[in-house]
Amino acid sequence: MDTRTLALKIRRHAVQMTNRGKSSHVGSVLSMADILAVLYGQILQKRPQEPDWPERDRFILSKGHGGAGIYAVLAETGYFPADWLEGHCGQGSKLCGHVSHLGIPGVELSTGSLGHGLSVGAGMAYAAKLDRQNFRVFVLLSDGECDEGSTWEAILFAAHHRLGNLIAIVDYNKMQAMGLVSENLDLEPFAAKWQAFGWQVREVDGHDHEQLLAALKVRAGVGSPPVCVIAHTVKGKGVSFMEHSLLWHYRSPQGEEFIEALAELEDGIIA
Amino acid sequence: MRDTFVQTLLEIARQDQRVMVLTGDLGFGVLTPFIEELPEQYLNVGVAEQNMTGVATGLALEGKIVFTYSIGNFPTLRCLEQIRNDVCYHNANVKVVCIGGGFCYGSLGMSHHATEDLAMLRVLPNLQVMAPGDPAETQLITRLSYETHGPCSLPPRRRGEVRVHQEELQNSLGQGIALFPEGEVALLSTGGILANAVKARELLAKRGICASLHSLPFLQPLDEELIRRLGAASRLLVTIEEHSVIGGLGGAVAEVLAEMPGPKATLRRIGLREGFACEVGDQEYLREVYGLSPEAIVQRVLESLY
Repeated sequence: MDTRTLALKIRRHAVQMTNRGKSSHVGSVLSMADILAVLYGQILQKRPQEPDWPERDRFILSKGHGGAGIYAVLAETGYFPADWLEGHCGQGSKLCGHVSHLGIPGVELSTGSLGHGLSVGAGMAYAAKLDRQNFRVFVLLSDGECDEGSTWEAILFAAHHRLGNLIAIVDYNKMQAMGLVSENLDLEPFAAKWQAFGWQVREVDGHDHEQLLAALKVRAGVGSPPVCVIAHTVKGKGVSFMEHSLLWHYRSPQGEEFIEALAELEDGIIA
Repeated sequence: MRDTFVQTLLEIARQDQRVMVLTGDLGFGVLTPFIEELPEQYLNVGVAEQNMTGVATGLALEGKIVFTYSIGNFPTLRCLEQIRNDVCYHNANVKVVCIGGGFCYGSLGMSHHATEDLAMLRVLPNLQVMAPGDPAETQLITRLSYETHGPCSLPPRRRGEVRVHQEELQNSLGQGIALFPEGEVALLSTGGILANAVKARELLAKRGICASLHSLPFLQPLDEELIRRLGAASRLLVTIEEHSVIGGLGGAVAEVLAEMPGPKATLRRIGLREGFACEVGDQEYLREVYGLSPEAIVQRVLESLY
């Protein structure tokens, strides 16, 4: 499956899962769908039938509120049956709103409280360095998550130890829970901050698969500075009335809105 | 106990390269033998306990056995959510070592008094919570925490503690340690106050009161069977801890006793009740001020008996 088709499937699943589960955060999943698609479609070394394969690349979704997205991409790439997605957030389901690893093949880390994933990823990358393993660790963060002090503790740590096998990707959709990042707690100059902390920074259009692929496929390796890919994205990308809208951080698509959202996603590849 | 911990861990780590020590930039002098001998198994993560705990989880998920090291409340309360979500939920092989429980760092003030940590840790699923009473118990729990997969919190005290047990202990995880098994009054102690509990028992004996004494270095898993047995056989059950009576040993024993059918012992919880310790002084001074000297323990036992 090409990455654009995979991204479209993630988006469709996200709308359907948040509809059925009456759950939040569809805008956050739409925002990062292309990043997930490029990672799982072309970047990560993986064996879905052997999820604990020691040489696999590790992926941590630190923005755990986008749980529907990782579940969708894991199902679409063969880690578990797609019908598991139907119960998302439902009574007795395996799949909760945020990310849980329990009983879910392919999930490396349970998240949901922000500011945890980069530290754990740094620990995995440090273990690879110690054990001379070649796997890489990818951690996908939200922009709001970069308010957390613990995220910056991990940023310091990874640069100090030159964990070039660690790649942080920020889904920079410029919106956090209560509004615009620039109005709540401004992160700018964002790239300069990461650079000042000792990271290699690449800024890309987070919906452009070629740009994402080019940024993510470069191997820095242990001994080089860690890599931060700042992916400029649009919250709610792919459904016109959800784009740039804070409402869809919370609202579950129901009724006409659900039908309309799916219809827009029927049209095929996202530009 | 601090040095006993480092020595015991060094002996373990020499045999097992998976063992790592992470410090939050503390342990000057104390960790030196470990750092000098096993530098590859040591990492100073800086003054960043949340990151330390997350990094420890990542290392543990990759097969390491990680001891995070700091003092007071820093490796526990500062990063409580990392312990809960990262370490405990993933059942990661991380051992949280908090040096200086209770009033060990007494004169440094409130920030350094670790007097609620056991209560907060005891409720976390999957976490084994340990509080050694003397160097022999420190050796025991360090070894057991290594041998048992999964999260542990083990707060050895700081230094200069009296050795209460003269021989090496062979107790299993969760088992209370009998120092004096029989008595009409049952004393239960956890952590570094054990030596005072021993003295208090001697003073009670001089007054003609025969008390049993058990040390409970494991608050989770708790030796509930022992508590039920003592609760049924004794007139008075007394818990002694250099910690808040809420949620610590006193709270844990109260929970077990409350669910027991009667007749059963009356419970007296000796520990900290007055909120923050605002007096300034060293550990012994604060123990006296807050009713944890041997004499004060005896006084409280007598009040409960008569």
